[in-house]
Amino acid sequence: MAGKKKPKVAVWKFASCDGCQLSLLDCEDELLAVAEAIEIANFPEASRAVVKGPYDLSLVEGSITTPHDEERIHQVRRSSKFLVTIGACATAGGIQALRNFKDVQDFVSIVYATPDYIDTLAKSSAISDHVRVDFELRGCPINKYQLVEVVSAYLKDRKPVTPAHSVCVECKRRGTVCVMVSQGTLCMGPVVHAGCGAICPAYDRGCYGCFGPKETPNTESLSEWFKDHGMGNEELVRAYRSFNAYATPFRKESERHD
Amino acid sequence: MTSEPRIIERKALDQLLEALTQEGYQVVGPTLGDGAIVYGPVQASEDFPVGWTDEQEGGVYRLKKREDKALFGYVVGPHSWKKYLHPPERRLWTGQASGTDFELTPEPVETARFAFFGVRSCELHAIEIQDRVFIHNDHVDEDYKARRENAFVVVVQCGQAGKTCFCVSMNTGPKAESGYDLALTEILDEGRHFFHAVAGSPKGAAILQQVETRSATSSDSAEAEEAVQKARGQMGRTLNTKGVKELLQENPEHPRWDSVAERCLSCANCTMVCPTCFCSTVEDTTDLTGDHTERWQKWDSCFTMDFSYLHGGSVRASTKSRYRQWLTHKLSSWIDQFDSSGCVGCGRCVTWCPVGIDLTEEVRSIREENTVRLPSKREASNGNA
Repeated sequence: MAGKKKPKVAVWKFASCDGCQLSLLDCEDELLAVAEAIEIANFPEASRAVVKGPYDLSLVEGSITTPHDEERIHQVRRSSKFLVTIGACATAGGIQALRNFKDVQDFVSIVYATPDYIDTLAKSSAISDHVRVDFELRGCPINKYQLVEVVSAYLKDRKPVTPAHSVCVECKRRGTVCVMVSQGTLCMGPVVHAGCGAICPAYDRGCYGCFGPKETPNTESLSEWFKDHGMGNEELVRAYRSFNAYATPFRKESERHD
Repeated sequence: MTSEPRIIERKALDQLLEALTQEGYQVVGPTLGDGAIVYGPVQASEDFPVGWTDEQEGGVYRLKKREDKALFGYVVGPHSWKKYLHPPERRLWTGQASGTDFELTPEPVETARFAFFGVRSCELHAIEIQDRVFIHNDHVDEDYKARRENAFVVVVQCGQAGKTCFCVSMNTGPKAESGYDLALTEILDEGRHFFHAVAGSPKGAAILQQVETRSATSSDSAEAEEAVQKARGQMGRTLNTKGVKELLQENPEHPRWDSVAERCLSCANCTMVCPTCFCSTVEDTTDLTGDHTERWQKWDSCFTMDFSYLHGGSVRASTKSRYRQWLTHKLSSWIDQFDSSGCVGCGRCVTWCPVGIDLTEEVRSIREENTVRLPSKREASNGNA
């Protein structure tokens, strides 16, 4: 990009915990290089200064949960040349999509003293349910190295290397012993998208599925294994209903046992 | 070459480890880790899983205490020696841009000298199979070749077999007959604990000379032979290899492929633990400046979508096609490609498949139903699943 103007990058927040956009600040070693390579035009967690659009690259965090956000995401899309969703909320509706399985008005009446002030949608939905998305980066939160990879790939106009295979591949490459086979521990790894580096099994825990469904997830077969290892329907539903509860393969599988 | 057998007493085994270290080898072998017997650095004989064994079944692996202090009283675990010879992740080169030019720097060829201590016969055959892929082929993998040529192989003959073992079927064990530098057989009975040792190469003989030994009596050798025979009789699985090449090639539409695909997680664990699976992918990355680029080689698997991705999509989109590809390559087209089966009967793919898919069972089913040429009808009528 020598001689060219630095690309303008904006970070947008919808319903989310901010953890994913904080991954950008968490880049530490890479942060200066990031700042060198791009112009941060809008990044509420880092600065109040806002540079006017249009933007070359928009990183969108969070899910759509209110009528206002439903409008706003279209504005973001219109002002962005390339739109990347970051994290489970933006990509699958997030943990807040748990409400999609219930009537949200029931919650509103219980939680808020004055429910009339609450204007919310019935469902928490992914960004791609509303606008065209150019790339989805998985994770709850995203992996900062993958974020740098996505930005680097964007700058060089190449495809980011973020494989969609199972977490198992990452376990095996790092030499972690399978917790399902060696301990009978419940693990989502075989149906979950790689990207975290298989952290939990390395600490003797089963995978929780933060990165959502992998390519071709065989959730039915995994559920059979869960049942054989003493898991009841209630636990099965809970296993699939976490940060990526409304990602289609996980939603369908949880509904089979609900 | 094989030398006259010698006896190394248990207490002298550390001398062998020391001799290997003295010769500049990094000794790696079975150790306890993460609830399994895995390969890692070994400094002294106490680093081996002393007094431990394993119990294996399809999708199940458990460590158990033994009643004795055997050092090698178990079969193969989740790791294989390929992690040293064909590492899971390896940088191939780096590229650096300067002005309008750029420079490529290949990664230096790895020169670590490993002593693999505790190689089983099936594993030795697996290494020889990978040799055919990486060395005795049109395109030599120089890194693999260097690692392999530098390696010292200490076989430990199997004195027991596991429930997922079938090396006898694959004609790859339990006794390693050649291809090693040293072959040990552990003997433990009536208070005696020693290793029957045979050198299989001049460097093996030279190492053995640095260790306190005595010559083996014919009864020592008979005991060693007996131990291996015991393992031979304990095979937990069998695979009828007769005509298996044709069997699989003639049955691409067998209903069994559909039923196995219902269970298969396409997680790739079988290929990752397989000691002969050699496929890798390359990943190219650039950094934020775009001036620095790297190419990495990483273990890949025919169970991923990217593996068969061509322009426009993946050729093997279904799990059925991926499992069929793997098994047919392993047991059938591997013979066309490399003049041997790709399976050594170690049983890792059976044990480490989370849902316990068993290739010996798959082949048996395909063989039993082989007369059927109208798979879909047959499947509907007998509910074969």
